[in-house]
This record gives sequence, C-alpha cells and structure tokens, in this order.
Amino acid sequence: MYSFRYHKAGSTQEAQELHASSGEATYLAGGMTLIPTLKQRLANVDDVIDLAGIESLKGVMTSGTSIKVGGMARHNEVAADSTIEALVYLASGIGDPQVRNRGTLGGSIANNDPAADYPAAVLGLNGTVHTSDRTIPADEFFTGLFETALNDGEVVTAVEFPMPSRAAYVKFPNPASRYAVVGVMVSETNGNVRVAVTGAETCVFRVTAMEDALSADFSSGSISGISIDSSNFNSDIHASAEYRAHLVGVMAQRAVSQIS
Amino acid sequence: MVDVTFSVNGKEHALSVNDNALLSETLRENLNLTGTHIGCDTSQCGSCTVHLDGKAVKACTVLTAQAAGSEVTTIEGIGEPGSLHPMQEAFNEHHALQCGFCTPGMIMAAIGLVNASESLDGDAVRKGLDGNFCRCTGYHNIVKAVLSAQRNM
Repeated sequence: MYSFRYHKAGSTQEAQELHASSGEATYLAGGMTLIPTLKQRLANVDDVIDLAGIESLKGVMTSGTSIKVGGMARHNEVAADSTIEALVYLASGIGDPQVRNRGTLGGSIANNDPAADYPAAVLGLNGTVHTSDRTIPADEFFTGLFETALNDGEVVTAVEFPMPSRAAYVKFPNPASRYAVVGVMVSETNGNVRVAVTGAETCVFRVTAMEDALSADFSSGSISGISIDSSNFNSDIHASAEYRAHLVGVMAQRAVSQIS
Repeated sequence: MVDVTFSVNGKEHALSVNDNALLSETLRENLNLTGTHIGCDTSQCGSCTVHLDGKAVKACTVLTAQAAGSEVTTIEGIGEPGSLHPMQEAFNEHHALQCGFCTPGMIMAAIGLVNASESLDGDAVRKGLDGNFCRCTGYHNIVKAVLSAQRNM
C-alpha cells in the first residue's frame, strides 16, 4: 500500500469537510473492495476517510411501505432482516461470511462493480438513493463501469426500497468469488414490473422487453423466447458473452418461477 | 502514524501504528500474536480470520485504525493447553487438520458461524465456511468437527 492519512469522521458533514480539504481522498465504508485495491496499489490517495463512526448511516429501518437500509449497513445486517425476502437472499449471497460482516450497501453501490449484487437490488426494486446532498432515483444512479451519479465527496446515506408485492433474485455465482457471472432481480411493485441484470454488461441494466412481457403475463413462459443482444456483454475466462446472454434468460425465468 | 487503543484477547493495548497498517500485521508484528496466519493476503483464504467485536473478519483486509475502540479476539484468546475451546477440542477429536496452516482461521470462522446460527447441518457448515480454504483435509473432517462442537458450545 502507498502511504495515506487515515481519518475517522463522526458525522457526514465532517466526512465531507475532510474530503473537500484533501487533495485526493476516498471514503472507506466496509473496505472489502477498497482495501484490496489499495494493497494492490491500484489506487493512490492522500486521505482515507472512514465512515464507520457515523451513527446516522447505520442500520435497517422498516416502515409499512418501504425499507430504508443505511449506507453503512453491513450485508449480514440486511441478510438478518426479514422484510424483503429477495433482498435478504441477495445480501446473504455476497462474498463469504467474513466479507458480509464488513461490506456495506453504500460501499457496494458507490463502487458499482459490474458484477456486484447490490446494483441489481437498487435498480430491480426501484430503490431511491439518499445522499448527503439529495435523493437520486435508481434509474439515474448507475451510469457506467464503476461510475455513478455521485459527485466528488458526496456520501450515500441510505437506500430506500419500496415494498414489492413480489420479488426474487437469482444469480449464477462465480464459484470462486461468488460475484455474479449473471444475476437477475425481478420485481413487481404497485403493478410495475422491473427486471434488472448485473454481471452481464459493464453496468447493471434493465431488460424492458422482459418487463413488458411480464406486465402482460407474469409467467416464466412469457419471457422464454425473448432473445438477449450480447453485443455489449462482458466476455472473459469465466463466461463468454453468448453464455452470459443465455444465463440472463435462464436466471430471469427462474426468478419469475419463484414468484408466479 | 495513528494512535490506536483496542482490546485484544481481553487485554487493553495502546499502540502507535502506520495509518495503512493492517490488523493482521499489527497482531503478528507488534503484539507477537502469530497464531493469526497470513495465507493469501488478498481476503480470499480466511487464514487470518479473527473476531472483531464478536464477528468473524479477515484481518488482512481491516486497517488497524479501523479496529480502534473495538474488541479483537484471536486464536490465542479462546483457549489454552489443558482448557481448549470446544471447537479446538472438536478439531482435535475429529482430525480436522493436517498441516494446520488454515486451522486458526478455520476455528475462528467456525466459532463465529456457530455463534451466529441457531443450529447447523452439514450444508450450512460448508456454506458458512465459504471464506476459508483448507488445502489438505478435503473439508470432511472440518465439517464433522464443527457439527460436533456446536453441541458443546
């Protein structure tokens, strides 16, 4: 690791002030991606600002119509909450138990790894991202490979998920890392169907053809014939673009079968 | 440098460490607690697993500064010759180790797993030890040991 200065912020405001006064700073949430990145010298920063001391970012809060997951809520805390089964399943399949004891929702979506699970939850359940400065709808949050709508220094404080009438997440995990080779979140909330795919392209995306078909007929058969264009898909030693396209269909049908 | 005060195996320590020091390094090099092994050093193999405020974590992927104010438990803190922890007894009883390199992390992960679970079957143990690699045993005896130990914890 290159050397850096470590700071522990006591509030979101303090974190942002530290960030603004630094030349090159990064926030530290759970550290499950950031620390390996620093260790490999893939990042070089002057200041690391730890968000773990900020009470307002912690925990999971449930109301009748939504669940609000704090930016610093650990994956295992979300996995222990029984409100949205698809979210519980998704959180309990991230990495391994030690990673889930540290990793956070805010860290995951701010990083926006193309194979991370949480982006599929935020986009597929139509979550609203709350930040230190504003609220950002899911459809506007994820903008590209490791890119989000967050401004420099902006902190993810929570994500609010509306309660779906039905939702399921199915993924084909990489057998070593448990990252999604392909993961699909299917949900229906107030009559609106969403299908969000992670792992397949450089960034999480929705499959509108499947959403339209499911809106007309919510059954796995209604999407079985939909072909997926793989021209922009990831292709690597784990899976070819064509195989990933095939997996999108299979994972989506399995998700629909669970809830129809 | 950053000043860190934390409890390790019930004993308070006040240290001054590099801002980028890893918990695994501090435990081994500053506190001579070399039971915490560094295997892959990339948060995959789990050999460095310790408990941070009661939860299993990979110490190679935690900054020492992040552990300030916390309670850390390492393999040295759970039992000693003559009064082993039930998980250590079970690993001994079921021959759940060969070379022993992964064993401290395996035991700390297994204790974390049992503590976080109401009851475990073989599949749940295998899933719960997903973050720990053993290259000798083929895992069968490790799973047996954990299933046995949960009855005595």
